Amino acid sequence: MSLRIRCHLPRPAFTLDVDLDVPGDGVTAIFGRSGSGKTTLLRYVAGLERDTGGQLLIHGQTWQDERHWLPTHRRPLGYVFQDARLFAHLDVADNLAYGQRRSAAGERRLSLPQIIDLLGIAPLLRRRVDQLSGGERQRVAIARALATSPRLLLMDEPLASLDHARKQEIMPYLERLRDDLALPMLYVSHSPDEVARLADQIVVLDNGRVLASGPLTAVLASVDLPLRLGEDAGVVFAGQVLERDSHWHLARIGFAGGTLWVRDSGIPVGAGVRLRILARDVSISRQPDHESSIINILPATITAQGREEHPALALLQLRVGETPLLARLTRASAHRLALEVGDQVWVQIKAVALVA
Amino acid sequence: MLSSADLAAVWLTVKLATVTSVLLLLLGTPLAWWLARTRHWLSGPLGALVTLPLILPPTVLGFYLLVLMGPDGLVGRALDAFGLSPLPFTFAGLVVASMIYSLPFVVQPLQQAFAAIGDGPLEAAATLRASPWDAFFTVVVPLAASGFFNAAILGFAHTVGEFGVVLMIGGNIPGKTQVLSMALFNHVEALDYDAAHRLAGGMLGFSFVVLLLLNIFRPMHRR
Repeated sequence: MSLRIRCHLPRPAFTLDVDLDVPGDGVTAIFGRSGSGKTTLLRYVAGLERDTGGQLLIHGQTWQDERHWLPTHRRPLGYVFQDARLFAHLDVADNLAYGQRRSAAGERRLSLPQIIDLLGIAPLLRRRVDQLSGGERQRVAIARALATSPRLLLMDEPLASLDHARKQEIMPYLERLRDDLALPMLYVSHSPDEVARLADQIVVLDNGRVLASGPLTAVLASVDLPLRLGEDAGVVFAGQVLERDSHWHLARIGFAGGTLWVRDSGIPVGAGVRLRILARDVSISRQPDHESSIINILPATITAQGREEHPALALLQLRVGETPLLARLTRASAHRLALEVGDQVWVQIKAVALVA
Repeated sequence: MLSSADLAAVWLTVKLATVTSVLLLLLGTPLAWWLARTRHWLSGPLGALVTLPLILPPTVLGFYLLVLMGPDGLVGRALDAFGLSPLPFTFAGLVVASMIYSLPFVVQPLQQAFAAIGDGPLEAAATLRASPWDAFFTVVVPLAASGFFNAAILGFAHTVGEFGVVLMIGGNIPGKTQVLSMALFNHVEALDYDAAHRLAGGMLGFSFVVLLLLNIFRPMHRR
């Protein structure tokens, strides 16, 4: 199970030039600023853009090579458009049925009631499409794509057109999708938050070219990439709730390399979580500072140095056990502490976000 | 009320307008679809050609059609070679002429409706396993319903009202090519204003009802 994607597509603003092998499971985020070619890449996978010299090998099935081109309607995919694109002449239930009726009965792995339940749209079924809110529209669009029982789900910034509250409304559904269905997804986004919450792998695009691709934790922790992320530079890794302190309302999270205290958000002991630590929330000292208000102070090794966009700043990659961290500090501090790759230091982590 | 000759003219007009608009919808749909979606250089000239009857004096159009379809014209000789009789002064000739005359009134509303739909719903349909034909009939046609409605009404009404082209190509043969507007003209020439009033009044009422229907149904199926 893997996705092989190769294409060369000249466009007015950029040329999409991609040669990728992506694992065929989990969520692969296609990340980049607008105009970097993310949507074009997704449309190419769907067959909505065509490169006769390209190659698409999806789960062992050829969708595109020099001699073959499988038209979009024969590809077992689901596509969620940024603007939902529900059919205005059909109500919600008929929109859902449209794709389901046209998919082979033998390949149905998801039943309509299951999908309706998963996305919480049962009360909307008899509504007209123009009576839906933006968030409802996207949930129906996702359900409609799932109703064809796709083997690959393509999502083009499904949250981009929504305000913050609506995003928070849909995000849990996307997480359920990822966790409950063994359905590989390509998820186009320019939002580091969405990527941190959803992705297992990431492909970073810039100006039509792949800057980096690989497992989310490794790619986010590389010191070259954060240049493009600016304030959002940081790492994401998995952990597990070990203990809950009811007196201080804190939870202790174990990860590969140590433990961290975070605010207790009610997640039960034993549950898996995803942690995100931004580079700007990590500071470094030579000695453990027990007089500090910061709870999470861990020993770490400096593994790489990177540049920041602003000349006053420096970016360090460290390792706490097996887990990489990024720390952003002033170059003046790095110089004063004489920080070098290989040094043992203490990291003070000011904020840890539980993203899922 | 109406004389039998007038009734025959009304019947012929209705028959002509019905046949013309049905044929035009069948032929105009693929043409409008192509014009709405292609980036081919031919779409400009072809689009202009389709629109031409809109601004050309009907008599000019009728004259050229007469020349083309006459026994010495290109079309006339081609028909003759296949053993078919020439088109002028026949019902078939009227249909051909009316189709050309009313073409823009059918093609333009369809073309606008197709253009307004855009690529979005078609791409969505393709990702939902609908073949292009399937998507056309299950997505485009319902979404363009008001366009089809407008095209049918305008094509029909415009054919009912034609005069110049019919005069040139069909002549004025009672029961055969004499349409309503011809019959009206004859009554006025004969100074039979009562008969003229009956026909003209009927036309006035008909035109009003057509526009009323258009206004009532236009907002339906808006995207």
